[in-house]
Amino acid sequence: MPHPTARYLAAFIVIWVVALVAAVEAHAEIELAAWDLSGRVSLEGRAFPQTGIDASQRSYTTGFVVEPKLYLEEAEGSSFTLVPFFRYDSVDSVRTHWDLREAYALLYGELGEGEWEVRLGVDRVFWGVAESQHLVDIINQIDFLEHPNGEVKLGQPMVHLTWTGDWGVLEFLGLPYHRPRIYPGRGGRLRFAGLVDRERVEYESGSEEWHPDFAARYSRSFGPLDIGVSAFDGTSREATLVCMPPACSPTGVSDVSNVWIPYYAQIRQFGLDAQLTLGAWLFKLEAMHRSGERNALGREQEYGEAYGAVLAGTGGFDDLVNAYREEEYAAAVVGGEYTFYSVLGSTADLGLLAEWNYDQRGRRALPRRQPMTLDNDFFFGMSLSLNDVESTMIKAGFLMDASRETRTLGVEFDRRLSDQWSLHVESSTILSMDPLELQWVGRRDSFFEFHMEYNF
Amino acid sequence: MRLIHAHLVRPAFLLLAPCLVLLSWLWMPPFAHPATPEEIGLKIATEARARDDGFGNFTARQVMVLRNKQGQESRRQLRVKVLEVADDGDKSLMVFDEPRDVKGTALLTHAHKHEADDQWLYLPALKRVKRISSSNKSGSFMGSEFSYEDLSPPEVEKFTYRYLRDEPCGDLTCTVNERVPVDKKASGYSRQVAWRDKDELRVWKVEYYDRKDAHLKTLTIGKYKQYLDKYWRAGEMTMVNHLTGKSTVLNWADYQFRAKLKDRDFSKTGLKRAR
Repeated sequence: MPHPTARYLAAFIVIWVVALVAAVEAHAEIELAAWDLSGRVSLEGRAFPQTGIDASQRSYTTGFVVEPKLYLEEAEGSSFTLVPFFRYDSVDSVRTHWDLREAYALLYGELGEGEWEVRLGVDRVFWGVAESQHLVDIINQIDFLEHPNGEVKLGQPMVHLTWTGDWGVLEFLGLPYHRPRIYPGRGGRLRFAGLVDRERVEYESGSEEWHPDFAARYSRSFGPLDIGVSAFDGTSREATLVCMPPACSPTGVSDVSNVWIPYYAQIRQFGLDAQLTLGAWLFKLEAMHRSGERNALGREQEYGEAYGAVLAGTGGFDDLVNAYREEEYAAAVVGGEYTFYSVLGSTADLGLLAEWNYDQRGRRALPRRQPMTLDNDFFFGMSLSLNDVESTMIKAGFLMDASRETRTLGVEFDRRLSDQWSLHVESSTILSMDPLELQWVGRRDSFFEFHMEYNF
Repeated sequence: MRLIHAHLVRPAFLLLAPCLVLLSWLWMPPFAHPATPEEIGLKIATEARARDDGFGNFTARQVMVLRNKQGQESRRQLRVKVLEVADDGDKSLMVFDEPRDVKGTALLTHAHKHEADDQWLYLPALKRVKRISSSNKSGSFMGSEFSYEDLSPPEVEKFTYRYLRDEPCGDLTCTVNERVPVDKKASGYSRQVAWRDKDELRVWKVEYYDRKDAHLKTLTIGKYKQYLDKYWRAGEMTMVNHLTGKSTVLNWADYQFRAKLKDRDFSKTGLKRAR
């Protein structure tokens, strides 16, 4: 069986050849009105003060990122954007990876009083307003190899239609192909448990990664209020990890020798995001309801029986998954942000924010953002921008679980060194972790990271 | 990964070009007595605003050169699109080209005459549109000596005015007027004094006084050109900060009036298309 990334590449090329042939057929002479090549090259390093749980894990890694962006525009305003991405990592061959972040054609025009827009190809879409997690954001798979915070996302093949009018913005997305989440490999840190199988990816749908997923969103601004409602129906972006013999024994998540099989369920999600902007205040809300996800927590006995049946040769993978509970739950983030401008007579601005994360599943919640399960968690953040020529900025975020002992602190420093070079330094510290935490095995994965970035 | 935070490109920057003409006060002939200096100043401000009506829209390119006391330079480059809105503030879209780490970052502003402006920031690395606060008027724009306030079209109603005197400025004769904010908290200055030629009401110089009434900054404007036989736009603006010794030169280029701009280019969907 070819590797998922190779299959994805092949699929993408087929889609684009068809699209390009169609485009050239439709416009025999395409006139290029503008083009632009930009991008970044970043030298990066990460150091872990503590040794990993698994002896094969390394305590430091270096590498680089190349991410160019090509933009082509024809006379009528239609454009094509291409953003390939490559990361080299010195210790983890899995983290050395490439991706097509963006490769899409954009067309738009008038439609009655409003306008239509089509994006065809690979693109990234962001929904939401909160900072501590992106609850309603669901279109793209996260690039978990890049950073455990989930801010970096893989490109997603899509047909994205947007209709904008005085009455708001209506979007439809057809998502023909699923990108599985890729987890760090044997030498890598921040994987928090055993390894996740890269060759075997299981889907609830018989169409597997080719299951057509659909999403829609309606958004509108009412004066100081920006609001959006969204729906998604299709393959989950979050894997349920399944322990199946012989590669995995029922010793739990803390056994580093286990290799887990990712399983993607068919889910349905409804989301709401809203922001109220009043002077220097921002008030934010994200809420979602999801059904169809699978969860083994609380089903240990049923799972144990299914595992025994597989061992005895009387059961298979489906029996393991069926032992999991099919769940339905709601989750929310609510918070506020206030900015003090020109603090103490200086040119600096100080922003303070607080958010509360809620998950109806409580202790059965699964982690979306490592290493925390955000079931009842407070996030306190601050950002200090000096507003100097170098755009110096310091940000800090403290995340605390209100019902457990887990606390993390993230600090980031950014400064432009010249018109091309910039520096990014960050620390991600696990101050304490509750032994009951599902990700207790990740307690030693605090790290420091730096980027020296060249932008062109 | 590098995050471009909202505060990197801080809120409230607006249309530079209309403000040049908006700053023009109308010269009121001396025989129009018995007008008080306050009445003359207000009338000039009102007329100046009216003179820029009907420009429709324009696009332009800005290059800023920031200089510190030691003479070290840093560049900012951006493209601006402005759409005139009847009976309300203008809509504008700014896209950054330099410095390169913020390339593609875009700021959409819907200015309003009475309520607070609406602003959205587009962060290309995350493909995220963020609604941001527009209440920061006195902060520095991109580390330059220009504040958002200096670059925004001032609404006539938000100031009181006073005609001071006439005096020669270069080959022209200028009318010198003072402007004081009605809401002291809405401005970083206690007052501003502007020099405007009597023929075309173009601003040639502005002095800014801080809250302690110390002379903080001086703006000199030049290289004016007239577009559509009516609208004057400056080619060069130099802001000098007398406290820090730093200066910023802002050059305007490639003005294009009545471009193919539509209201929909100034929507959140249009903001995501900006590059």
